[in-house]
Amino acid sequence: MSAIILFMAVLAVVVGWWLSQQRLTAKPWLEEDPIRDFPGTGAMTLPAAKIGLGVFLAVASSLFALFISAYSMRMNIVDWRALPVPRLLWFNTAVLVLSSVALQWAHVAARRNDIEGVIAGLCAGGASAVTFLVGQLLAWQQLRVAGYFVASNPANSFFYLITAAHGLHLMGGLVALGRTTAKVWRGAEMTQVRLSVELCAIYWHFLLLVWLVLLGLLTGWTDDFVDICRQLLS
Amino acid sequence: MVDVPYDAIADIPPAEVAEVDLYHPKSWWTQYVFSQDAKVIAIQYSLTASAIGLVALVLSWLMRLQLGFPGTFSFIDANQYLQFITMHGMIMVIYLLTALFLGGFGNYLIPLMVGARDMVFPYVNMLSYWVYLLAVVVLASTFFVPGGPTGAGWTLYPPQAILSGTPGQDWGIILMLASLILFIIGFTMGGLNYVVTVLQARTRGMTLMRMPLTVWGIFTATVMALLAFPALFVASVMMLFDRVLGTSFFMPALVEMGQQMKYGGGSPILFQHLFWFFGHPEVYIVALPAFGIVSDLISTHARKNIFGYRMMVWAIVGIGALSFVVWAHHMYVSGMHPQFGFFFATTTLIIAIPTAIKVYNWVLTLWRGDIHLTVPMLFALGFIITFVNGGLTGLFLGNVVVDVPLSDTMFVVAHFHMVMGVAPIMVVLGAIYHWYPKVTGRMLDDWLGKFHFWVTFLGAYLIFFPMHYLGLLGIPRRYHDIGEVAFIPSSAHTLNAFITVVALTVGFAQMVFLFNLVWSLFKGRPSGGNPWRATTLEWQTPQTPPGHGNWGKELPVVYRWAYDYSVPGAAQDFIPQNQPRTTRAAQGSAP
Repeated sequence: MSAIILFMAVLAVVVGWWLSQQRLTAKPWLEEDPIRDFPGTGAMTLPAAKIGLGVFLAVASSLFALFISAYSMRMNIVDWRALPVPRLLWFNTAVLVLSSVALQWAHVAARRNDIEGVIAGLCAGGASAVTFLVGQLLAWQQLRVAGYFVASNPANSFFYLITAAHGLHLMGGLVALGRTTAKVWRGAEMTQVRLSVELCAIYWHFLLLVWLVLLGLLTGWTDDFVDICRQLLS
Repeated sequence: MVDVPYDAIADIPPAEVAEVDLYHPKSWWTQYVFSQDAKVIAIQYSLTASAIGLVALVLSWLMRLQLGFPGTFSFIDANQYLQFITMHGMIMVIYLLTALFLGGFGNYLIPLMVGARDMVFPYVNMLSYWVYLLAVVVLASTFFVPGGPTGAGWTLYPPQAILSGTPGQDWGIILMLASLILFIIGFTMGGLNYVVTVLQARTRGMTLMRMPLTVWGIFTATVMALLAFPALFVASVMMLFDRVLGTSFFMPALVEMGQQMKYGGGSPILFQHLFWFFGHPEVYIVALPAFGIVSDLISTHARKNIFGYRMMVWAIVGIGALSFVVWAHHMYVSGMHPQFGFFFATTTLIIAIPTAIKVYNWVLTLWRGDIHLTVPMLFALGFIITFVNGGLTGLFLGNVVVDVPLSDTMFVVAHFHMVMGVAPIMVVLGAIYHWYPKVTGRMLDDWLGKFHFWVTFLGAYLIFFPMHYLGLLGIPRRYHDIGEVAFIPSSAHTLNAFITVVALTVGFAQMVFLFNLVWSLFKGRPSGGNPWRATTLEWQTPQTPPGHGNWGKELPVVYRWAYDYSVPGAAQDFIPQNQPRTTRAAQGSAP
C-alpha cells in the first residue's frame, strides 16, 4: 500500500498548505464584518469547472495509485510471470504525446484568439487520442494471439485491467473534447471556449503522465525504484 | 441590502444574478423528477435512501427473530440468514447512511448554508442521483435473481465471497459488485459538486472559519469519500474480474468439492487491505457529518455559541487525515506482523484525542446553556451519550490483545452498532426534526417526536448493552443458530429473546416516525421561516420552503460566524449571520 500512502502524503501536504492560507487560527467570534479586512479568505476565484477538474484529477490519481499499490503487492507472489510488452506500446505512447502536444497547441491558439488553430489542435488531439485507443486494442489483440490471456497469469490480468482503466478515462475525455470541438465549430465566442480547451489540455497532460507511470510499471522499469522504496520502508 | 464596498471583495460572485444564469425548470418533469435543483435532488436522495433503509430494517427484524427464537421460523434458513446479514450491513452503511448524509443533507444544506444559489454543476448533480438510484435498483434486484443476494458478509471477503458454498454465488455477488461500482461513480459526481460548491460558491463574507460546523463536517467527509471510495472501486472491479473472467487477483489455489479450481496464487489479504483502506475512512465519512450537524443542533437548542469552534474545525480536519492510517486495525486477526499491529493500534488510539476534544466541547457548550429539550436536542443528547459509549468499547477493540479474543463475538456487533449505527441515526433523526420545518414549512408533531425519541433511545440501549455481555460470554457473531453449547448459559438464550422483542418495538417506533413525517406534511403546525430562532443562513431565506435560486434577487452577505447566540446586550438571543453590525449598534449594544 506504499504507493497510495505516498500519494496521500503528497496530497496532505498540498491540502495542509492551502488550509494554512485560510486563517484557520482566526477567532471568528471576535470578527464582525464582511471579509474586506481579510483578503484571500473568501471563495476561490477560479472558475468552478477548473476547480472541479482539479478535484477530479485528485480522485483519478487516487484510483491509479491504488491500482499501482495492488500491482506491487500482487507481483511479489511466486506465480507472477511478467509478460512481454508489445512493441506497439511505444508507438502508442508517441501518439499520446502527440495528442497532448496538439491540445497544448489548441490551448495556446485559444489564448491568441486563433480560431483555426484551435480547431486544428482539437481535431489533431482527438484523432491521435483515438489512434492511441485503437493501438491499445491492437496491443491487446497481439497479446491474445500470443497466448497471453486475461486469466492465465496475474501479470496479464493487471495489464488488461490497468490499460482498460486508463483507456476508459481517455474515452471520457474524448466526450468532453468532442463537445468542446462542436462548440468551437458552431462558432461560439472565443472567451467561452477558452476555458474548455484549457481544461481538455490539462486532462490530456494528466492522462499522459499517468500513462508514462503505468508504462514504467508494466514494462518493469520501475522495479528497481520500487525495490529501493521497499527497502527504505522495511 | 446594506452597502458593501466592492473593491475589496471584487473576487466574490456578484450579489445579483442575471436571469439567464439560473437553471429554470420548464415542465413538471424537470421540476420534480429530472430536477437540477439541489433541494429536490436532496429530497430524492433522502427518500430513496430511506426506502432501501427500510428494507434493511426489515432484514434486521428477520435476523432478530431467528436469533431470539431459533428454529421457530421455518422460512429463515442458514443461507438466508447470511444473506440478510450481508444486505442489512451493506445497505445501512453505504446506501443509507453515506447517501443520506452526503447526498441528502449535503445537497440540501451546503448551498443554503454557504449562501449559494445552487450546486455549481447542477446537471452533474442530477446525474449523480440517477446513477445512485440505478445502483439501489441493481442492489434490490439481487433479492429476485436465481440464488438470491450474496451472503458473503458486508465485507465481501474473498475467497468465500465467490465460492459455491456461499449463497448468492451466481448472480448475487456479481450484481452486488456492479451496484457498488455504480454507487461510487454516482457518488463521485455528487462529491465533486459538494466540494467545489464549498470552495467556490460561498457568498461574500463567508470565510471558511465562519462556516457552520455542519458544512465543515460534510465538506471534510466528502473529500475523504472521494479519496477512499476508489479503493472500494478497485477492489470491486478486481473481484468482478475474479468472479467473471476467472483471474486470480484475490483467489488462492483452492479445491472445491474435490475439484481443483482454476484459481491460483491470489491474495485474499490484498482485498482486505483495499477494502479497509476504504472501510475505515467510511466510518468517519458517516461520523463527520454527524459531528458537524450535532454541533449545530446543540448550539441552537442550548442557545449558546459552540465551545471551542476552532478546535472543532481542527479536530474535524485532524480526524479526516488520521482516519487514512488506521485501516489495518480491522485486520488484527488476519495474521499480520505484530509490529504492524502495534503501529495501527497506536494510530487508532491517537484518533481518540481529537474525538475526545469534540465530546468535551459539546458538553462544555451545554454547560450553563439555556437548554431547550426540543426533539432535535433530545436526539443530539442521545447521540453524545451513545457515541461516548460506542467510542469506549472502541478503545477495547483498538488494542490487538483485547481484539483478538473479542473479534468474532457479538461484542464487535454491539460496539459497531452503538458507534456507527445508533449514534449517526440519532443525528439523522434529530436533523430531520430540526430541518423538516425548512423543507416543508411545517413542524413535526412534538408529542409523537418525543415518543419516537424515548422508545428509540431506551430501546437501542436495551438491544445493544446486553449484546456486549453476550460477546464477553463468547457468543459468536454471524451464526445462524448458536445451539446448545456448554459454555453458553441458558440465560443467554433468554437474553436473545428479550433483545428481539425490544428490537421489534423500536422498529414499531420508526413506523410512528414515518406516520409523523407524512401527517405533519399536511396537518403540521406552520413553522414560519425560522422556528428555532437559529443564526445560520438557511433559516434566513426569503421564502420557506426556500424558492428556486434560494435567495430571491440578491445573495446574502455574511457579517459574523454561525454561533452568535445569547450575545450580551443584543436585542434577541440570536443574531443571524447576515445581520450587519450597524443594526446592532443602532440597538445600542456594545460590539
